[in-house]
Amino acid sequence: MSKTSKALPINNRSYVKSSSKFSKRFRRDWDLFLLLLPGLIWYIMFAYKPMIGLRTAFYDFNIFKGFSGSTFVGLDNFIQFIQGADFTRTVTNTLMIAFWQLVICFPIPIILAIAVTEMKNKVVSKITQTATFLPYFISIVVVCGMTINFLSPSTGVINFILQKLGFEPIYFMVKPEYFRGVYTTMTLWKTAGFSAIVYIAAIMGIDQQLYEAAKVDGAGKWKQIKHVTIPGILPIVVVMLVLNIGKMVKVGYEAILLLYKPTTYSTGDVIATYVYRTGIQNGNYGLATAAGLFEAFVALILVVLANKISKRLSETSLW
Amino acid sequence: MAKSDKLVTRNEKIFNGVMTVVGIIISIVAFYPIFYVLIASFSKPIFVENGDVMFWLKGFNFESYKQAFMKDGIWIAYGNTMFYTIAGVVVNMFFTTTMAYALSRERLIFRKFFTLMAIFTMWFNAGMIPLYMAFKDYNLLDTRTAIIVGFAINTYNLVIMKSFFEQIPKSLEEAAFIDGANNLKIFSKIFLPLSKPALATVGMFYAVTRWNGYFWAMNLLQDDNKVPLQVLLKKLIVDKVANETEAAIVTANSLYSPTTVIYSIIIIAIIPMMIAYPFVQKYFKKGATVGAVKG
Repeated sequence: MSKTSKALPINNRSYVKSSSKFSKRFRRDWDLFLLLLPGLIWYIMFAYKPMIGLRTAFYDFNIFKGFSGSTFVGLDNFIQFIQGADFTRTVTNTLMIAFWQLVICFPIPIILAIAVTEMKNKVVSKITQTATFLPYFISIVVVCGMTINFLSPSTGVINFILQKLGFEPIYFMVKPEYFRGVYTTMTLWKTAGFSAIVYIAAIMGIDQQLYEAAKVDGAGKWKQIKHVTIPGILPIVVVMLVLNIGKMVKVGYEAILLLYKPTTYSTGDVIATYVYRTGIQNGNYGLATAAGLFEAFVALILVVLANKISKRLSETSLW
Repeated sequence: MAKSDKLVTRNEKIFNGVMTVVGIIISIVAFYPIFYVLIASFSKPIFVENGDVMFWLKGFNFESYKQAFMKDGIWIAYGNTMFYTIAGVVVNMFFTTTMAYALSRERLIFRKFFTLMAIFTMWFNAGMIPLYMAFKDYNLLDTRTAIIVGFAINTYNLVIMKSFFEQIPKSLEEAAFIDGANNLKIFSKIFLPLSKPALATVGMFYAVTRWNGYFWAMNLLQDDNKVPLQVLLKKLIVDKVANETEAAIVTANSLYSPTTVIYSIIIIAIIPMMIAYPFVQKYFKKGATVGAVKG
C-alpha cells in the first residue's frame, strides 16, 4: 500500500481538492488515516460503546448475568424513577441549583471582567485578576475541604467572624436551608476569575476609537460601559450563555457529592448524585441509567430553549 | 466646552478611585481563604480553635506539617499523582494531536463525519453508569490504565488543537509534499514544531485536570497503592477519617490538632499548583481565548 501511495503523482492543487473515489483517496492518504486511528478507536471505546450501555435503562439489569440473563422491563425503570420518592426532590434541586448558578455564577464574571478592564491602576488590575484566577487551580476536593472546615461551628473561621459580629454560630453544613447558598458561593469563588478571562479578552478586542468617539459625544464612564463595552461583548456573552445552559443541568455533582449529607439531601440531592448513589454505590444499574437518561433529556430541552432565546437576542445584536 | 471637559475628568477621577478600591476589596475576598489556611497551618492550635488567628499567625510552629507528612499513604498518593499527571499528559497529547491533525486536513476521507462524531460527545454522552460499566466490561476496574487511557481525549482540547493546526499556512505543507514527505513526516517535522504555543496551552489544560482529577479515580480504583492524592485528600480533609480517632482535645500546649493538620495538608496539596501557576497563567489565558472564539 505504501508503494502505491508513493508512486502516485503528488501535485499540490489537485492533491488538496481531489474529488476522486474513496478507495483512491484512501490509498493516497492512508497514513493520514493512520494518524486519525488512535483517537477514533478511543472515541468508539470510551464515548460510543458506553452509549450502547444506555439500554441498561430498559432492563432489570443484573451485572453478573449481562444483558442475555437480565429481563427486559421496557419503561419500568423510568416509571419507578418518576413515581419514586426522590423524583420531585432531585428534579427541583437540580433546577434550583442550576438556576442559582445561572443567576450568580454567570453574570458576576462579566461584571468582574468589566471592572478589571476599567481599573486605571494597572497594578491593582493585575492583582485582582491574579487573586480571582488562583482558586481555579485548586482541586475541587480541596475547595470543598476548605469550605467544610471554614464553616465548622466550633473551629471554622466564618463562624468566628460571625461570633465577633455578635451572631450565634451557624451549622451551615447540616442545615438544608444553607446548602444552595454555600454551594453557589463556593462555585463562584472557584470559577469567577477563570470565567472572566474570556470576557476580558473580548473587551480588549473592542476598538479603542469607539471609546474615543463616545467620549467626544460626552459619554461618561457609565455610558461608555453601557453603550460601547456591553454591546461589544454581547455576542460572546450569548455564546457563553448557550454553552453554559447546556452544561447547567449537569450541575457540579462532583462538588455536591463532597458537600452534601443525608441531612441536606432535601436541598442538595440532584439527579446526578441520585444516579451515583443508586448506580455506583447500590448497584441498581437499570434505575440509575434511566435517571441519567432523564437528566440528559432535561438538558436537551434546556439547550433547545437556550438556542431559541439566543436567536432572539442575536437578532437584536448584530449577528 | 472646557467646562464640560473638566466635569468629565472630575467624574472620571472619582470613578477611577472607586474602581481601585473595588479591585482591592475583590482581591482580598478572593485571596483571604488561601491566606487563612496558610496562617492557620503554622499557628498553635489553641489560637486557631479560639478564633484568635484571623489576620496573622500566632504561635509559629511546624508541628502540623510534621503530622501531615506522617499520614499513611500521603507519599504514595503524591507519587501516584505525579505518575498519573506525567503519563496521563503524554497519552493525552499523543491521542489529541494525532487526531486533531488528521481532522484539520481537508483531504481526510469522511472528515466532516469524524469531526461531528467527536464534537457530538460534547453535547451528549453516555453518562456516569454506562461509562462505569464500560470500564467494567473492559476489565479496567482498579487499573492505572483506566485512569490514563480512559480519559485520553478531552473534546474541548481537541477542538483547540485542531483549530490551531488549521491556522498554519497550507503552502508549507504543499512544499513538503513536493519534496516527497508523507503525512506522518509533515505532521511530526513541520506541524508539531510550529505548534509549540498550542501544545503548551493544551498540555497545561491536561496537566491541571490530571493533577486535580478525583471523581473517576475514586470510583475506578480500590487499591490504596494506586490512588492519587485527591482521593486521599477526600478522606483526610472532607471525610476527616484519619482525624476522627485523635480525640479533639486541644490544650494550651498542643502543637497540632485535627484542624491545623487539615490546613497543613491543604497547603501541601496546593503547593505544586501554586508553583506552576505563574507559568500556567499566560498559557491559560491564550487557551481560554482560543477555545471561546471557536466555541
